[in-house]
Amino acid sequence: MTRIKFHQSLDELKEKLLVMAGMAEQAIQRAIEAYRVRDASICNLVVRSEPSINRLEREIDQMALDLLAMEQPMAIDLRFILAVIHINADLERVGDQAVNIAVRVREMEAFPSVDLPVDIPRLAELAAAMVRKALQSFIEGDAEMAASVLTMDDQVDKMNEAAFYALSTLIREKPELTPQALNALIVARNLERVGDHATNIAEDVIFWVHGKDVRHHVRSDV
Amino acid sequence: MGVGIEVKNLNAWYGQTHSLVDINLNMPANHATALIGPSGCGKSTFVRCLNRMHETNPIARATGSVRMGDIDVYKDASPVEIRRRIGMVFQRPNPFPTMSIYDNVASGLKLNGFRNRRIMDEVVERSLRGSALWDEVKDDLRKKSGASLSGGQQQRLCIARALAVEPEVLLMDEPASALDPVSTSKIEDLIFNLKSQYTIVIVTHNMQQAARVAENTGFFLNGRMVEFDSTHKIFTNPSDKRTEDYITGRFG
Repeated sequence: MTRIKFHQSLDELKEKLLVMAGMAEQAIQRAIEAYRVRDASICNLVVRSEPSINRLEREIDQMALDLLAMEQPMAIDLRFILAVIHINADLERVGDQAVNIAVRVREMEAFPSVDLPVDIPRLAELAAAMVRKALQSFIEGDAEMAASVLTMDDQVDKMNEAAFYALSTLIREKPELTPQALNALIVARNLERVGDHATNIAEDVIFWVHGKDVRHHVRSDV
Repeated sequence: MGVGIEVKNLNAWYGQTHSLVDINLNMPANHATALIGPSGCGKSTFVRCLNRMHETNPIARATGSVRMGDIDVYKDASPVEIRRRIGMVFQRPNPFPTMSIYDNVASGLKLNGFRNRRIMDEVVERSLRGSALWDEVKDDLRKKSGASLSGGQQQRLCIARALAVEPEVLLMDEPASALDPVSTSKIEDLIFNLKSQYTIVIVTHNMQQAARVAENTGFFLNGRMVEFDSTHKIFTNPSDKRTEDYITGRFG
């Protein structure tokens, strides 16, 4: 009963999710680049990529649903499909965050550029690195690599928190910079959410590989 | 009430073929235990060792210990007594074709010399209710033969026949493999209900069925028990790679 067709379908599902992952990762990187160079044309690329990501999300969900209904997968195959469904949703939301950042960058064009007391590029770099590493752990089925993503999330959270305090102080002290500070605050929040989605993806990889649910993680479980 | 079954160092042979190798297993009372594995892996031999049917084959033998509650199956009771206490249902329903429905259910009691008509009526009704067949056959108990029933009804009749002698354990060797989905579902509901009164051991090739009906599952391969654990663990995250490869269809 070697289930050749079923296992081919699982490979196809993985390939499709990797296409989705590539698109979501590209969207977030473009959004970060748009922020860095304040380029509205890059923002447009990000916004235009969203429907494709959304379409792919639906296709992947449909494939996963078909496999659950038709093949009654068990054990590691069942965990893989559940992980794909979760990761798929997280990637779509990474795409949404990229669009949110792009929209902010467009908005920022209306205001003069100022130096802000936050290191958004560094936060962006870290969040993007989390996404990359989480996806790499999925490609390689490497739960240890996935576990290392979880520890990176603390750093992103701290940077977001620091940005919040620095920018709210700035708003109090220099109210004329409120629009720029608010935009930066929202971008920092978007990047922190990207880190959360990368964390979710890493948790799903651990679940797939080891059958261990580390969501809302107690670090000792990981 | 059901009793627990404890198997220690069970080995079985057919002639020179060593069919079961060092099986150790505890099956808790009033639970359903599923046994899965590829054809020829030894799971049917295993259940036949539990009620000493294995030894009805002249070239077969078994060593080791099987305890059913306080009784050592191989030392403390005759095979006939053991088979009364451990009922068995087979893959293909095998009612006595010329006997009425009533006589099919009562056959075990009659064989044991039981003659009290009133109590026999009660036992037949209770057994048919226990196998969820009563409502479908109560008006035809003596009019229709066992063979006139549908396949699913025949299997439930065989379960009623097994229940009539008040066993503590029910062995089911692929009890639904010859049945349609509706009849299969009735047998599975029955297993769920019977667990409160009996310990159930079910051999099945249908892994979804094992997942649906059993609290614990054992995976057999080449005469050995590779893994025994909660059904949930076996089907979501088995410990042994061979179990995982089997249930995910990577071999077998």
